[in-house]
Amino acid sequence: MTTTPNEAPDSEAATREAAAALTGVETTARSVAEAAAQPVAGITGAQSLVRSLEAVGVDVVFGIPGGAILPAYDPLFDSHVRHVLVRHEQGAGHAATGYAQATGRVGVCMATSGPGATNLVTPLADAYMDSVPIVAITGQVPSAAIGTDAFQEADIRGITMPVTKHNFLVTSAAEIPQRIAEAFHLASTGRPGPVLVDIPKDVLQATTDFTWPPRLDLPGYKPTTRPHGKQVREAAALVAGARRPVLYVGGGVLKAQATEELAALAALTGAPVVTTLMARGAFPDSSPQHLGMPGMHGTVAAVTALQKADLIVALGARFDDRVTGQLSSFAPEALVVHADIDPAEIGKNRKADVPIVGDAKETIAQLVEALRAEHEAGRTPDLAAWWAQLEDWRERYPLGYDWPEDGELSPQYVIERLGAIAGPEAIYTSGVGQHQMWAAQFISYEKPGTWLNSGGLGTMGYAVPAAMGAKYGCPETTVWAIDGDGCFQMTNQELATCAIEGIPVKVAVINNGNLGMVRQWQTLFYEGRYSNTKLHARNADGTPKPVRIPDFVALAEALGCVGLRCETKEEVDAVIQKAMEIDDAPVVIDFVVGADAQVWPMVAAGASNDDILAARDLRPVFGDGQV
Amino acid sequence: MSRHTLSVLVENKSGVLARVSALFSRRGFNIESLAVGPTENPDLSRMTIVVDAESQPLEQITKQLNKLIEIIKIVELDGEAAVQRELLLVKVRAPMAERTQVLQTAELFRARVVDVNPDTVTLEATGTPDKLQALLAVLAPLGIKEMAQSGTVALGRGPRAMSGAGTLRPVERTA
Repeated sequence: MTTTPNEAPDSEAATREAAAALTGVETTARSVAEAAAQPVAGITGAQSLVRSLEAVGVDVVFGIPGGAILPAYDPLFDSHVRHVLVRHEQGAGHAATGYAQATGRVGVCMATSGPGATNLVTPLADAYMDSVPIVAITGQVPSAAIGTDAFQEADIRGITMPVTKHNFLVTSAAEIPQRIAEAFHLASTGRPGPVLVDIPKDVLQATTDFTWPPRLDLPGYKPTTRPHGKQVREAAALVAGARRPVLYVGGGVLKAQATEELAALAALTGAPVVTTLMARGAFPDSSPQHLGMPGMHGTVAAVTALQKADLIVALGARFDDRVTGQLSSFAPEALVVHADIDPAEIGKNRKADVPIVGDAKETIAQLVEALRAEHEAGRTPDLAAWWAQLEDWRERYPLGYDWPEDGELSPQYVIERLGAIAGPEAIYTSGVGQHQMWAAQFISYEKPGTWLNSGGLGTMGYAVPAAMGAKYGCPETTVWAIDGDGCFQMTNQELATCAIEGIPVKVAVINNGNLGMVRQWQTLFYEGRYSNTKLHARNADGTPKPVRIPDFVALAEALGCVGLRCETKEEVDAVIQKAMEIDDAPVVIDFVVGADAQVWPMVAAGASNDDILAARDLRPVFGDGQV
Repeated sequence: MSRHTLSVLVENKSGVLARVSALFSRRGFNIESLAVGPTENPDLSRMTIVVDAESQPLEQITKQLNKLIEIIKIVELDGEAAVQRELLLVKVRAPMAERTQVLQTAELFRARVVDVNPDTVTLEATGTPDKLQALLAVLAPLGIKEMAQSGTVALGRGPRAMSGAGTLRPVERTA
C-alpha cells in the first residue's frame, strides 16, 4: 500500500517531479519506499514515524511544531519529506485538503497537542463532509500525564471522533508503523476521509524497532467496491426505459477518478448531466449534454430537469439538502438509481429504487456494459421530446447577471473574465459565500480536479490554504484562489507561508465590503436590516468611509506578495493578465466590487425546487407541457 | 415506535463505547438500553443495544454503526428468535410483619434473596424486561427503597452464532 489506489499514475509522477523541483531533492517514490522498508533496530518512535511517512510515499507535510510533537520534528529535519511551516494549523489542514483534492493523493498535516490539535478540528470536519483523504498527526502530552489537565492537553481523539473517518491514540512506539499504514489505508480507500493519529510525547521518545510493511489490523473494515451485477442490470433496464432521465453526478465520481467512465455513460445514454458543487469538472461544461449545477443556486435547467425527471441516476452523490430543497417535494415522479460507495448514503435522504453499493469507477463501467446489452436488445429510449423541453428551459433561463445599478464593478463579471483568461487548465479554489457560487456558475470547468471548494461544511477561509496545498501538489499549474473579503480575512496569513516557501498562488479577493451571502439573505428575508454584515469602515449612519480597512494591497505586500487593485470594468482583463505573468511570488488582486450583486437563480432554504426563482421575483413558467 | 435489539460485535479496544454512544447521540437516535461485556473471544466485546425506532431509521442506524471501523458485525435479534434477559437488584422494605409477602413474591418470580437485614430485603431477579416490570409492579406497594437494573443482553436461539461457522446473517451492509 503506497497511496490511494484511485490515483492516476501520471499525476503521481507529475507530483513527484514537482516535489523534486520544489525541494531540490531528486528521488522517486520507489527508491524512497525501498530505503524506508529496511528494518531498523533501536530508533526512536519519532524516527519510526518519519520512516513510516517516507514508506507510505508522503512528499509533503503541512504543519507547525510545538512541545508534544517536537520529537517528530527532529528526524523530519533530515528527511526528504518536505515540511511546509504554516502560520496557523487550520491552514495546515486545508492545505492538506487542497493538496489531496488536486492530486488525488493523501494530504498530510501535523500539529502539536492541545491548541495545535484543536486548530485542526475545522479542516478535519471540512474534509470529513467532503470525503477528502487526509491524515493528521498530532502530538499528545506524555502518556502518564493524559487525563491530568496537563499543559496543552486536549482529548483530540475524543474531540475529533465525530469529524474523522477514524482516529487513533498510539500507546506504544512499536505500533507506529502499523497505525500510520492503517491511517493512510483508511483515508484513501472506500469512502475517503480524514484520519487522525495522536501520539504521546513519550511514545515518540521511546526506543523501538522499525519494520515495513506492517500488518494492517482492521477486521471490521471491508468497503464494498464491486457493485452487485444484478443491481447494475436493473439500473440499466431502468435507464433504457426512461423517457426523462438525468445523470446526477456528485463528488464521488471525482474521488473515484471515474470521469472517463462517466463520459462513456453520458455518450451512450444521451441523457442530460448535472454536476453538483462537489462535482464541477467531472463532466465538461462545454458539453451540450451538461445542464450545469443543480441545487439552491443551480441553473434553472439543472434544477428543473431533476424536478421533472422520471429517472434520476445518482452517481457518487448524496441528495444533500442544498441539492434537493424541500425533500418531500423533490423530483416527485422520479425513480432513483443510487450508486455510492457508502451504503449509509443510500436511502438516507431519498428512497432508492435501485441501490448500488460500489466504487463509482467500477459501477459506471459496468453500467455502460449493461446498457450496451440493453441497446443491443433493441431497447433504446427516445429522448427527443425530453431534450426539446430541456433546451427550452436552458434557452429561456440561462445563467446571467445584470450590471449593478450603482455602476460599481460586477463581481460576476470579474469571475467570468478570470475563468476565461486563466482557462480550464487552471485550478480554482474558493471560500464560501456568493463568490463561491459565482465561481461555480461562471467559470467553465472542463477537467477533474480543477475546482476545489468547501461544499459540505461550508468553511469560510478555505480558499487560500487550499490553494497553497493545490499549488504545492501541482506546481506547474496556475492556481487561483477566488475569495471573498470576509473569507480572506480568516486565513490570509498563509500567504506569508506561500511567499516564504515559494508557492506562488494567485488570489482574487472579491471585495464587496460585506459578508455578501448573509447580506443577500438579509436583503431577501430580513427586510434589508444589515445586522453585522458590513466589514468596511463606516460612519455613524452606516455609510462607507473612504478608508480601506484593511487595505488588501498593502496587506498583500506586507505578506510578501504582489498586491494589485482593480475597481473598474476596463481594468479587469489587464490586471488578471498582469497577475498571470507573475510567477515568482504570490499575487493578490483586490477587486473592489458592488455590495448589492446577488446570486441567482435561488431556491430559498426549505422551499421546494418547484419554487426556484431565476432572478429576484422571477419565477420561471414551466407550464404543464410535460413530455 | 418499536423496539429492536441489536447485537453488535466490536473490537475490544478503548474508546469503542464512546464512538457508539456518540454516534447515537449525534445522529439523533435513542438508546433504550445498552449492555457491554466480554465474549468467548478476548479480542471482541459484545454490545447489546435496544433502540426504539421505525424500520427506516433503524436501517440508517445499522448502516452508520457499520461504518465505525471497530465494529465487526451487527445482527438484529428478534423477540421470538432470541433469548433476551435483564438483571434486576431491588431493595424492598420488609419489616417482619410484611416479610412473608415479599418472600412469596420473590418465589413467584423466581427471584433470589441476596441480602437481608431487619428493615429490608434485597432481591436478585433475571428475566425479560416484561417479567421484571411485572415483579416491580407487585413490589411497588410494599415500598421499593432502591433498585439497579442492567440493560438487555441477548443471544439468538438455535445452534448458530454471530461468529464462526453457521453464522447468523448480519444486518444488511448494502442497501
